[in-house]
Amino acid sequence: MDEIDRRIVNALQDGFPVCDEPYAAVAGPLGLTAEALLARLRRLLDDGVLTRFGPLYQVERMGGSFVLAALAVPEADFERVAGQVNAFPEVAHNYRREHRLNMWLVLAAESLQRVDDVARAIEAATGLVLHLFPKEREYFVALRLVA
Amino acid sequence: MNGRERAVALDDLDRRLVLATQAGLPLVPRPYHAIAERLGVEAGEVQRRLASLLARGVIRRIGAVPNHYALGYTANGMSVWDVADERVDALGAAVGALDGVSHCYRRPRRLPLWPYNLFAMVHGRTRDAVEAQVAAIAALLGDACHGHDVLYSTRILKKTGLRLPRERADAGVTGTR
Repeated sequence: MDEIDRRIVNALQDGFPVCDEPYAAVAGPLGLTAEALLARLRRLLDDGVLTRFGPLYQVERMGGSFVLAALAVPEADFERVAGQVNAFPEVAHNYRREHRLNMWLVLAAESLQRVDDVARAIEAATGLVLHLFPKEREYFVALRLVA
Repeated sequence: MNGRERAVALDDLDRRLVLATQAGLPLVPRPYHAIAERLGVEAGEVQRRLASLLARGVIRRIGAVPNHYALGYTANGMSVWDVADERVDALGAAVGALDGVSHCYRRPRRLPLWPYNLFAMVHGRTRDAVEAQVAAIAALLGDACHGHDVLYSTRILKKTGLRLPRERADAGVTGTR
């Protein structure tokens, strides 16, 4: 990542315009052409610096649910269970964490019913208890991360 | 705070628009035209609908989603706190306002396994930086807090974000093997 990449990551985390040529619109202030910006975005995505570029949907606003959940996975089974869990498209994120509850995932689906169904299916597939931590109150969510 | 109270009904074209863009925008000079062509509608219609979804909060933002690790934020701690029920809402808002806290939520306890009801994500370039943030949270919570822990992430196993299925119907659960 060079200085230009850093400026791109910092400038483009929010507020990408909805207009005919949005890349050109944001490239100018960054001192880039649209083509140069697109090439860099492609590379940042290929290199995994960015995991995505586009709209971030808030499934709750569509009547769906995001639910945090955790598993206590025996070390010897970790890779198998990670594969089983990640195979569900409803698993939006999954992190390994240092705790007895060592696998923390987020289920995202269009309905709470669907989340419950997937939670039961994960338990059936893995043979483990899935602990659900639905959000009761949101105090703060940051939109940006400084590169 | 409960999103379902303000749920927005999506029509068929809205939903196809979500499907077409949930993995990302096309990296071409006219991305909304490219989406419109795929959906068989005018680019203006795609732009109007995206603007409307943004205005109604169905889209939180449009832009880049960085990988924390790739930006040097290698210490990512989920700090969890057991806070007195009658004080957690006021304190949760204050914790969320601290620098370095990226997400802050109240969630249910799962006793006896899990006594914590306040979750605050803290990101830093070192664990020392995260520990300093955790100390600031502890000071703010004071005697309202009966215990805490920090769960560091050691690996991203998956980070795709929302993926709606092609069909809206709950026609069985996919993904089992």
